[in-house]
Amino acid sequence: MPEAPPPFDPRQDYPVSERRPDLVTTPAGIPLAAVTLEAVIAGEIGANDLRVTPEALERQAQISIAHGRPALATNFRRAVELTRVPDERLLEIYDALRPRRSTPEQLEEIAQEFEETYAAPLNAALVREAAVAYLRRGLLPNGN
Amino acid sequence: MSRTSIPLGGVRSGRFVALDKRPVNLDGFVDEAPDLGFVAMHSPHDPPAGLHLENGRVVELDSRERDEFDLIDLFIADQAIDIAVATEAMAISSLDFARWMVDPAVPATELRRLAAGLTPARAVEILNHLNVVELMMAAQKLRARRTPSNQAHVTNAKDEPALIAADAASATLAGFREVETTVAVARDAPANAVALLIGSQSVVGGAISQCAVEERTELLLGLRGLTSYAETVSNYGTEAVFLDGDDTPWSKAFLASAYTSRGLKLRFTSGSGVEVLMANAEGRSMLYLEARCLAMTRGSGVQGVQNGGIDGVAITGSVPGGARELMAENVLAMLWGLEVASGNDAMFSESETRRVARTMPQLLAGTDFICSGYGSIPRYDNMFGPSNWNADDLDDWLVLQRDFEVDGGLSPFAEDDVLAGRYRAARAVQDVFAELGLPPIADDSVHAAVVAHGSYDTPARAPEMGRAADAILERGITGIDVVTALAKRGYAEIADRVLRMLKQRLSGDYLQTAAILDPDFHVLSAVNDANDYAGPGTGYRLCGARRDQIVAIRQAVDPHQAPVVPLRWPRIGFSLVELGPASLGTDRGEVVIGLGPAFGRGLDRTLAGIDHGQVLWQILAGLEEQGAPVRLVRIWQTSDVAFIALAAAKLSGSGIGVGIQSKGTTVIHHRSLPPLSNLELFSVAPLMTPEHYRSIGRNAAKYARNEHPEPVLVDHLGEAIEPRYHTKAAALHLIETKAVTSERAAELSVSFDGSAADDA
Repeated sequence: MPEAPPPFDPRQDYPVSERRPDLVTTPAGIPLAAVTLEAVIAGEIGANDLRVTPEALERQAQISIAHGRPALATNFRRAVELTRVPDERLLEIYDALRPRRSTPEQLEEIAQEFEETYAAPLNAALVREAAVAYLRRGLLPNGN
Repeated sequence: MSRTSIPLGGVRSGRFVALDKRPVNLDGFVDEAPDLGFVAMHSPHDPPAGLHLENGRVVELDSRERDEFDLIDLFIADQAIDIAVATEAMAISSLDFARWMVDPAVPATELRRLAAGLTPARAVEILNHLNVVELMMAAQKLRARRTPSNQAHVTNAKDEPALIAADAASATLAGFREVETTVAVARDAPANAVALLIGSQSVVGGAISQCAVEERTELLLGLRGLTSYAETVSNYGTEAVFLDGDDTPWSKAFLASAYTSRGLKLRFTSGSGVEVLMANAEGRSMLYLEARCLAMTRGSGVQGVQNGGIDGVAITGSVPGGARELMAENVLAMLWGLEVASGNDAMFSESETRRVARTMPQLLAGTDFICSGYGSIPRYDNMFGPSNWNADDLDDWLVLQRDFEVDGGLSPFAEDDVLAGRYRAARAVQDVFAELGLPPIADDSVHAAVVAHGSYDTPARAPEMGRAADAILERGITGIDVVTALAKRGYAEIADRVLRMLKQRLSGDYLQTAAILDPDFHVLSAVNDANDYAGPGTGYRLCGARRDQIVAIRQAVDPHQAPVVPLRWPRIGFSLVELGPASLGTDRGEVVIGLGPAFGRGLDRTLAGIDHGQVLWQILAGLEEQGAPVRLVRIWQTSDVAFIALAAAKLSGSGIGVGIQSKGTTVIHHRSLPPLSNLELFSVAPLMTPEHYRSIGRNAAKYARNEHPEPVLVDHLGEAIEPRYHTKAAALHLIETKAVTSERAAELSVSFDGSAADDA
């Protein structure tokens, strides 16, 4: 019976693509080693396959903590959640967070969407914090 | 008339007239005006540093209470300050902290741990204790990645894809590990991105590419796999300017996470001076406002920053201490754990002196990217505006690396490799455009791009080229489409490299701090190439193979060999025959010419490019004009021109001798003078002409008749003779000195070949 692969060690396993390539896959589960030019030419690999997985981002969060840059983990972990959000929606939410685009109610709706649709509490928190800040500083859509 | 005032009306000093014309006097300089933000490192309106916590929350930040926080204060207080270390960090005196930054024995890891608890105003206080040398010492220790690197701008005024691809190839050959494009016309962004992607992988793999345009478009290009990182995600140091930029700290933090969620590397951009330009500096110093930006960058969890005065650099440069401040803001970013692309991007000054000086701190100390945009193209082709460094400065950059034995990220490159690489890149992008059914790139454009200095040398922009960009966007063309197109057209190697670039998104390895990819796509970052500088003998040192590569500039010659000196006047063939030992002359009017041991033997021309036969012919002609008898002797025992001339003089019946070294240095001597004195000395051999040697002959004759001729004057206009000629002079003198023997001086006879040269 084959041994279970060793657990991921953020202190030792960087670069992950070199030390633990067995852990790296496309979102559909295709292993890193199978992402070859031949596979691309054969049409087996498309643009949507070349996206980072939440697992890969979580590993990088742990690596950054293990190597003295814990501040990066915040961004990595928000990014983990955002892997679940489609491109177009991502761009829309970015726009909604820009000055004078959204009312506090609209921002609260986005926060709830993050929580309920995308299981994204960290991003929900970011949006709620923004909503509080924008309200305090009078950053409402013009005409409100 | 007073003797204390100038007796001429309204005069100007000739020195000032000349100074006024100097390029440095085209730059703008202002007196410090803190109320307007025109002050570099410290303003009286910078808030006193402070931090008060209540229940694990910041209630006062740098003398401002929470209910007075603006957007930036709020974000810094709640996202950036590490509460766990804040009390400990803020209890350290700024002077102690500053000393630790410079002290090689205090580990960078410890400084970063503590710095996480510092407020912007405290950080500014600390940096104010460091002069520019100390800032360089701090940078050497604090930069994130051990190995320095460099980034290039690759743009052109026509948004010409073949030229972008060719220039990207050139940039990678020079060693740049990041390449950045932008647009002459906004609509062209996708086509520029594709051309840059292909060109940047055509010759050397692994350089990551970005297309700097409006935020949303830039993100879209990244999502499509047409770029591999983003940089111009900007933040600003005052609320008003941030809002004018149509973003908030939260929208920027979200944007950062959006990039990261797609596996794309990014850094923020800040940099001093912008708030002053936008008329909203709140009376704060440039460093303080930049400290707020950097704190926000940290708080967003972003790995790095482009700073060091970017678009605002001329404002920073206008006040005292501006260049010091630029280094200070780089160092602060490093202290806060960030990757730093350290400015040297926008042109700092019209003055060559000043723009080079501005770069020296970063180049000598080393940063993650010495330039956050070396303009690898001609100035007129730089769509960001001219960079501080441009295409024509590349040899200077390579020489500076060699002069100081520092790694500025670049390597010498050969013309043939550049031509071949540019051709490959331009062809590849032409073929990909054809394969994808985009408007065709003409063969003329490809050929022109290969040899072009810049877009002035390429055909006019094809009108349909604008549709290429539209098509790329509308059809949703992705990086994978580019890979497939390359493969179908036979560019398997380039296709594989582009694929390996896209694959970086899968592991996320290059998202760590200060990550670059080497040509084999091996990641080097602060994680696995951590800067371990801890004093002399540690950290990154230029040595071994890398040193060999940097010092091997194409201009360096082997000093064992005779230097290449082009002949500038006609050859006069001649031969010398030794007749026997030279004897003391009795003719009171004769002149003896002493030739150095290698004259006409192995060496055949002077540093001025005058053939030895021509030299001899001219001197003899001058002597003959004056009717002076002449003897020619070979001096064997010395290569020194004064002693050659003195030996000739001591053999001479008149006591007058002329000594000539092979390199052309000449002395007219008298037997009674001390060796290092002379009647006339011609020490600047490169400036001499055949006519000078003729005049030397004439004057020697007159000295022999006890006359006092007008000395022969050799015009010197202040040319840099030493840097230009000293290595050649040394090489020639080495050869002549090797020819020295213990033989006695020998009498020579000379015969000139065929019909000798006409008089000049």
